[in-house]
Amino acid sequence: MKILMITALLATSTAFAESKSSTLNTIKERKVLKCGVSSGLAGFSAPNSKGKWQGFDVDICRAIAAAVFGDPDKVQYTALSAQQRFVALQSGEIDVLSRNSTFTLTRDTSLGLNFAPVVYYDGQGFMVRKKDGVSKIADLNGASICTQQGTTTELNLADYFRTNNLKFKPVVFESNDEVHQSFVKGRCDAVTTDISGLAAQKSKLKNPDDYIILSEIISKEPLAPAVRHGDDVWFDVVKYSIYALMTAEEFGITSDNVDKFLKTKNPKIKRFLGITKGNGKALGLDEKWAYNIIKMVGNYHEIFERNVGKQSPLKLERGINALWKNGGLHYSPPFK
Amino acid sequence: MKAKIRWAKDNLFKGYFNSALSIFLITFFAWAFYNFFNWLVIDSVLLGDADACRQASGACLAFIVDKTRFIFFGFYPETEIWRPIIAIFIFFIITFYSRLKSRWNRRLLYNWMYCGLVIWLLMRGGYFGLVKVETHNWGGLPLTLMLAVVGMIFSYPIGIFLALGRQSKLPLIKYLCVAYIELIRGVPLISMLFMSSVMMPLFLPEGYSPDKLMRAQVAIIMFISAYMAEVVRGGLQAIPRGQYEAADAMGLTYWQKMRLVILPQALKIVIPPTVNTAIGMFKDTSLVIIIALFDLMYTTKASMQDSNWLGFSVEAYLFVALIYFVFCNMISRMGRLFEKEFR
Amino acid sequence: MRFWNDRKNRAIIYQLLSLIAVMALGLFFYSNTKANLEKQNIATGFHFFNRVAGFEISESLIEYNSEDSYLRALKVGVLNTLKVSIIGNILAVILGVFIGVCRLSKNWPLAKLAQGYIETIRNIPLLLQLFFWYALFTEILPGVRQALNPMPGVYLSNRGVMLPSLEYNPVFFYMGVSVIFTIILGYFLKRYAKKVQDQSGKQFPHVLYTVLVLLFLPLLIWLVGGMPLEFNLPKLQGFNFSGGVSISPEFISLLLGLVLYTSAFIAEIVRSGIQSVKKGQEEAAKALGLKSYLVLTLVILPQALRVIIPPLTSQLLNLTKNSSLAVAIAYPDFVNIANTTMNQTGQAIELISLIILVYLSFSLLTSLFMNWFNKKMALVER
Repeated sequence: MKILMITALLATSTAFAESKSSTLNTIKERKVLKCGVSSGLAGFSAPNSKGKWQGFDVDICRAIAAAVFGDPDKVQYTALSAQQRFVALQSGEIDVLSRNSTFTLTRDTSLGLNFAPVVYYDGQGFMVRKKDGVSKIADLNGASICTQQGTTTELNLADYFRTNNLKFKPVVFESNDEVHQSFVKGRCDAVTTDISGLAAQKSKLKNPDDYIILSEIISKEPLAPAVRHGDDVWFDVVKYSIYALMTAEEFGITSDNVDKFLKTKNPKIKRFLGITKGNGKALGLDEKWAYNIIKMVGNYHEIFERNVGKQSPLKLERGINALWKNGGLHYSPPFK
Repeated sequence: MKAKIRWAKDNLFKGYFNSALSIFLITFFAWAFYNFFNWLVIDSVLLGDADACRQASGACLAFIVDKTRFIFFGFYPETEIWRPIIAIFIFFIITFYSRLKSRWNRRLLYNWMYCGLVIWLLMRGGYFGLVKVETHNWGGLPLTLMLAVVGMIFSYPIGIFLALGRQSKLPLIKYLCVAYIELIRGVPLISMLFMSSVMMPLFLPEGYSPDKLMRAQVAIIMFISAYMAEVVRGGLQAIPRGQYEAADAMGLTYWQKMRLVILPQALKIVIPPTVNTAIGMFKDTSLVIIIALFDLMYTTKASMQDSNWLGFSVEAYLFVALIYFVFCNMISRMGRLFEKEFR
Repeated sequence: MRFWNDRKNRAIIYQLLSLIAVMALGLFFYSNTKANLEKQNIATGFHFFNRVAGFEISESLIEYNSEDSYLRALKVGVLNTLKVSIIGNILAVILGVFIGVCRLSKNWPLAKLAQGYIETIRNIPLLLQLFFWYALFTEILPGVRQALNPMPGVYLSNRGVMLPSLEYNPVFFYMGVSVIFTIILGYFLKRYAKKVQDQSGKQFPHVLYTVLVLLFLPLLIWLVGGMPLEFNLPKLQGFNFSGGVSISPEFISLLLGLVLYTSAFIAEIVRSGIQSVKKGQEEAAKALGLKSYLVLTLVILPQALRVIIPPLTSQLLNLTKNSSLAVAIAYPDFVNIANTTMNQTGQAIELISLIILVYLSFSLLTSLFMNWFNKKMALVER
């Protein structure tokens, strides 16, 4: 009897291992999208006082949920540390990782991931105390610098200081909060992470004017959502959900005026909003998927301004995150 | 009065050295207590905001008052706080009820199961018009208690089986148990937690991996069972040989012998170390902070990050230390009670 | 008799079944892992050892910079773990024995103080204590520019403790040699003293002589060598101190937390060990006219040690394992660096296995040493 059970167990295990159920179908059956986010980074993903998740990365999750279900609230958020994020994705604990993660070759190739389009072009910078009189990175020679463990930041920091023959003392913490607390308490002279992250932390400080973010940037940090390697159908859904945000901005479609565009004569917009059918079927989604995203979450401009731009405490400029038409880097392929 | 003077003579002022030491220590106590009392009561700020706290020289109790709800219950929805409060209350009542040996019977076991079910339903909701609260929104004290209590309930029997396996005459079973126990005892809990958070998902078929909380719970159970096994083994070895032989002579089977003769005696002997292991486990649940679970420790740390209240970590740490102290003390008191009950 | 009723047959079947169950479970995990890894295109193996680590480490016992390999970074971690555990274990034993003896003192306030200390420390999670000491260190001490300067050359700030270091001089080498020589001399003196006592019953004060030589020989060499004494004083330069020796707040907090926590447990072990020695032993020793420190060192402690050593071993191991909590307060111990490596390379399975392996070997080495010590101390029964 026992042997029978064991063989059964073995058989099912191999069956599990071999069955390649598509992620999209699993999500549709489950009726909820599992999205991995940062455990707390103001403007990108942080629970508000009512315990509801908000931010730029969160809105990306909401956009994908809107595309799949027509309901942006059907998302279950999992807060992940820097260490846990890729494993959570690999193991199927989450369907998509939207956690300000930098797109790099090593991660793309050896971690079993595929990176979706870049949603935020960032760069690594430094925040220092104003009274220390630091105006450029070279002034930080010999300083103690706080940073977070397991990030590209840690590597860039070492590389940059080494190339420029500068010395520093790293103080490396596991959690992002700890990094900033230690900086504020004076354990470090500077703190380094992506400029957006620095702006987020600065906005939370009691006396933000006592601190400055240096204008120099030492790295390229293209932040992109990621999905598991090997399921191209799902990859496409995530990819085009993000492109839809940019395309909508390009057409000038916002959550407020999207209903007016339903009567448009422009064939490109008709195809985009699903009035001319085809795109939805190709992706395995409802034809109104793009309409749902824009109506329920907004276009890229709205997401940016609401969470990290002028209307937010972070007050970040669009800069290179503008559309290609306005001198930025965001460029969506046509929705043909 | 005379007796008191004599006591003082014997215990405080025996010889020059002792007298000097006593006077020094008593002055030191008085001084430390005076300062602490000033800090905690006289100069402290109970009501007010962070600025009032910064001006005062004493403790910032206002910070604790402001954060108490979050420290105790984490992200549990504010309007539903009564549910974990009642759940903890039920847990205390059933624990208090089971303190007497005379009440230890099958009924009690059922009562525990009912209470467990009620607590689970109350916390999770989704039925009877209660709002559903997913486990990843549980936090603070209920989470810490759950990790510890569930950990104990599972690791105790597993520990007994491992200990029996280690004493077994069948070499293969013996060595499997020895390997497990020694392997687990040789590594820090933190590595087990990392394993649960990073490695365990890869061990299971894709998409079948349980959530983070469950995996941490499994790691804690795996870890504590090995220690429990060693505690039980101590008891098994302390039983005189005659007991084993007498049970064999009666013609009892192995399981009858263990269940009726050996284990009741052995488990009684090891009550003190069992209690110590339980206390150790209660303290060790605080390590789940490293894999980002919002237990009592994490909620405390998270409250310190509030930019309005920066710089009052000493108050917060002392507060949460007090909570842990009270609970550990309760466990050890209960242990002493059991010891008396079983004597 | 049926096959099933034979005890031997049954034993074989039980064992076979459990073996199959364990193997099946192993196979189940293995096949899943393999499938998961292959499907997701995750690299495996220890090839990453030789790749460039790329991150800096704040404190290291060996030369290390960000261009060294992961293997070297991990070695730095192992050494840092060893550093904090060895120093921590020594201090914890000293403090623990002291508190344990205080706990049994006939002086009431002292005994109560020791008891209060033990009860408090034992009932609060170690991690909380570490956080507390770290917070205390970084919040209460001033910034680096306003560093406290309790005595010349010593600075206290939230960047750690800066101490002056001695400038190296060849004379120090000879002083070191003389210390080793004295220790060897002390060993022979001890043997000689035993021989004298066995033969004549007289006591030869070998300890006194050894200590005297230990004090004066290096001093003599130092005087002859021209009294070299040049300190390298820490100086505030830009952001941090340079020169001298600096001890980081992370190391101090970790060491303090581990030592205080473990010493409370050791104190309890010492107390029960001493109490396990029968009162008659002490009374008999006193009746023989032994002085009270001789009663303690020659009669009580050797007997108590036999009870103390096994649980003490597990406390020493606990301290070593607990040093892995360093990851919470940014001390670069082995787990911390393995963690960073895991994040950079994604090789979770390899690195967690490595953590387990390293701690297992620490445990094994400590057990071996303590077993040897235990055997030496064990009662030689006739």
